[in-house]
Amino acid sequence: MVKNALGREVPKHIDGIGELKAFQGAFAYDPKGQKLAPKITKTFHGNDKIVDNIKKSLELCGIEDGMTISFHHHFRNGDYLVNMVIDEIAKMGIKDITVFASSLQSVHKPLINHIKNGVVTGIETSGLRGELGEAITRDKILDKPVIIRSHGGRPRAIESGESKIDIAFIAAPAADLYGNVNGVEGPTACGSMGYAMADAEYANKVVVVTDFMVPYPANPISIPQTLVDYVVKVDKIGDPKGIVSGATRVTKNPLELLIAERAFEAVVASGLVKEGFSFQAGTGGPSLAVAQFLREKMKTEGIKGSFVSGGITGHSVDMLKEGLFKTLLDVQCFDLKAVESIKSNPNHIEMSASFYANPHNKGCAANQLDIMIVSATEIDVDFNVNVITDSNGIIMGASGGHCDTAAGSKLSIVIAPLLRGRLPIVVDEVTTVVTPGETIDAVVTERGIAVNPRRKDLEALFKAAKLNVMSIQELKNIAEGLTGKPGKIQTTDEIVALVEYRDGTIIDTIRRVK
Amino acid sequence: MKRLRRTMLFVPASNPNMMVNASVFKPDCIIFDLEDAISLREKDSARDLLVEALKTIDYGDCEIFARVNPLYTPFGEEDVRTLVAAGLRNVRLPMSETAQDIEQLDKLLTDIEKELGLEDGTVKILGAIETAKGVINAEKIAIASSRVIGISFGAEDFTRTIGAERSKGGEELFVARSKIVLAAAAAGIDAIDTVFADVEDDDGFKKEVESAKQLGFAGKSIIHPGQIRTVHNEFTPSKEDAQKALRVIKAIEEAESKGLGVISLDGKMVDAPVVARAEKIVCLARGAGIL
Repeated sequence: MVKNALGREVPKHIDGIGELKAFQGAFAYDPKGQKLAPKITKTFHGNDKIVDNIKKSLELCGIEDGMTISFHHHFRNGDYLVNMVIDEIAKMGIKDITVFASSLQSVHKPLINHIKNGVVTGIETSGLRGELGEAITRDKILDKPVIIRSHGGRPRAIESGESKIDIAFIAAPAADLYGNVNGVEGPTACGSMGYAMADAEYANKVVVVTDFMVPYPANPISIPQTLVDYVVKVDKIGDPKGIVSGATRVTKNPLELLIAERAFEAVVASGLVKEGFSFQAGTGGPSLAVAQFLREKMKTEGIKGSFVSGGITGHSVDMLKEGLFKTLLDVQCFDLKAVESIKSNPNHIEMSASFYANPHNKGCAANQLDIMIVSATEIDVDFNVNVITDSNGIIMGASGGHCDTAAGSKLSIVIAPLLRGRLPIVVDEVTTVVTPGETIDAVVTERGIAVNPRRKDLEALFKAAKLNVMSIQELKNIAEGLTGKPGKIQTTDEIVALVEYRDGTIIDTIRRVK
Repeated sequence: MKRLRRTMLFVPASNPNMMVNASVFKPDCIIFDLEDAISLREKDSARDLLVEALKTIDYGDCEIFARVNPLYTPFGEEDVRTLVAAGLRNVRLPMSETAQDIEQLDKLLTDIEKELGLEDGTVKILGAIETAKGVINAEKIAIASSRVIGISFGAEDFTRTIGAERSKGGEELFVARSKIVLAAAAAGIDAIDTVFADVEDDDGFKKEVESAKQLGFAGKSIIHPGQIRTVHNEFTPSKEDAQKALRVIKAIEEAESKGLGVISLDGKMVDAPVVARAEKIVCLARGAGIL
């Protein structure tokens, strides 16, 4: 074990994973080497890519023990593919599989049994929710720690060769017989296919699974035939209800609205809301409320922004239509309006997760962000943020693009209520660090705004705007004055997950909860 | 300076989350409810919760009230006793129908103050008038005790007692609301208007707030933090009016220091009603942070 730059004890080596690098600072690690190249596979003239079923595709791909199988999470809690493929693998008697998913949801609970019976022995993902997260954290059902990666860190790991995908499964809302894929047609349309793009490009074998075949060539093409080995037609690849919501909505919760208003005031006070600015907010109600306040200001003052990025909602689409922003850069659509927009509006641009947030390519979209607003489960007095473990230490969230956009943007604001239930949000030390404090500029709560001491300039601007600025310690004291000091979560020494910073270094570990 | 009572936010005393957070919305007053919002089974626990909240939470500038249970119920007296001991200084008495109701509470408070070693009159009363009988007796209720700092109107029960349905326009409330305002004005205390229950109907709420201000109410009881801004906006004077009122007060202070009574400002006589109006405007403007 070694202490990383944040003072967190992290392992130097894990059996089955290998050597690990400790986090050195948000911008300290300098990568070297070559990108990975996948194996050459070919489809000659006359050969068909259509395969009868998933089992056959697995056989053709040469499935064997110990392989890494990738998935993407655009279908979110409506995804059927992970369970279908792993069930099939289990039936074939294959063991020791690593599930390399861009994220895992409650719907993937059946993986618990596949872990217990040895079919799945490794998980690499951005997030774990529901009973799967609980079983991993509380019962340590996996011998090998889960590797948690950010949305930018995942394509970085794929491109660098740290993660080698043997077979990528792509859940395709629409596909043609030669494997051209898009996400905008069919009964399970999800919009952008951004998370699957690196998988398709770097996996040794790529299988497209669809429930909606379109005539060749599919148009538009998100993932091209040149990357795809096989196409499987199934009855259903997902539940549309879990894939996209009808519409994402601005919160009506008065406390969240109050926080959103304070965050909006902070954003305006920063001076960054001006012609050509760019913006990213989460898809939760409070983030959308901040966006709504911004939208009104932009309309009133005639300000036109450059782009909105990240997960795209109908709200962003409305701002695009109103001419408030020039483009949307979309890695993941969150509602039906966003899906319709990416299908029809040329200024709504699909982007890969690498384009979005990979820190080790020649420049990602996150680096062009002016303002980013995200939420948090906990923030500590050093501004480190936790979005992955619950107050009881259980994995219940996702790293997502949190640390990527915090590092890339000019202004990163975390919004959170000072108390969640009976627990303070501002604490001495977060349970799990996902985003390092050096990349967070301010924390906005309903009771006050704390500015990172690194940003004296920002603090001066906020004070000039008469915002209620206080130290993070003061915020913590207010919270603890209301709730008392929370007890420390009791864990064993057993590591159940490694939290990678976007550059691949280990920023924290998650231990088994007692 | 007189206290602002533009908004009186009802918070059920059984909801710890709302009890902790209510003051961040900056209502002028919070009314922790032990009466209608609390079921019979929760009366004791809600009271205990409120006692702890009063002891531990800093509500800043918010004026804190408790709507206790009526004294004729098994809970009323105990509510008053335990809460005053915990630090409560304002009691909203529901179903105030006669001067005797207020006098009964006044006597109880006098006893409690003695027991606790508090100065006589420390605890104030807001009489809630919610019945036809109460409206008829509003003038007597308003002057029943020197502790009474205001009377408030409760339209839901009132409409029931007169056999009417509450309408959006509020025509059935007009006489009662006017009478309560007159009774309060005559007693030199605040009149607080009734709640508007449809929190989704922003336009309807705004109209009712406008009407309350026009009738002469000092403020409004509200049931949702989202209603605060509308009330404060309506009751907040313009910057120009606030500056003008400030000049009036300065002028009268100067005159008083020189031993003068009535003075003129900008060619107009400044007498007691003008000064009172100016003081009210300055009070509202300061509360809204525009002065």
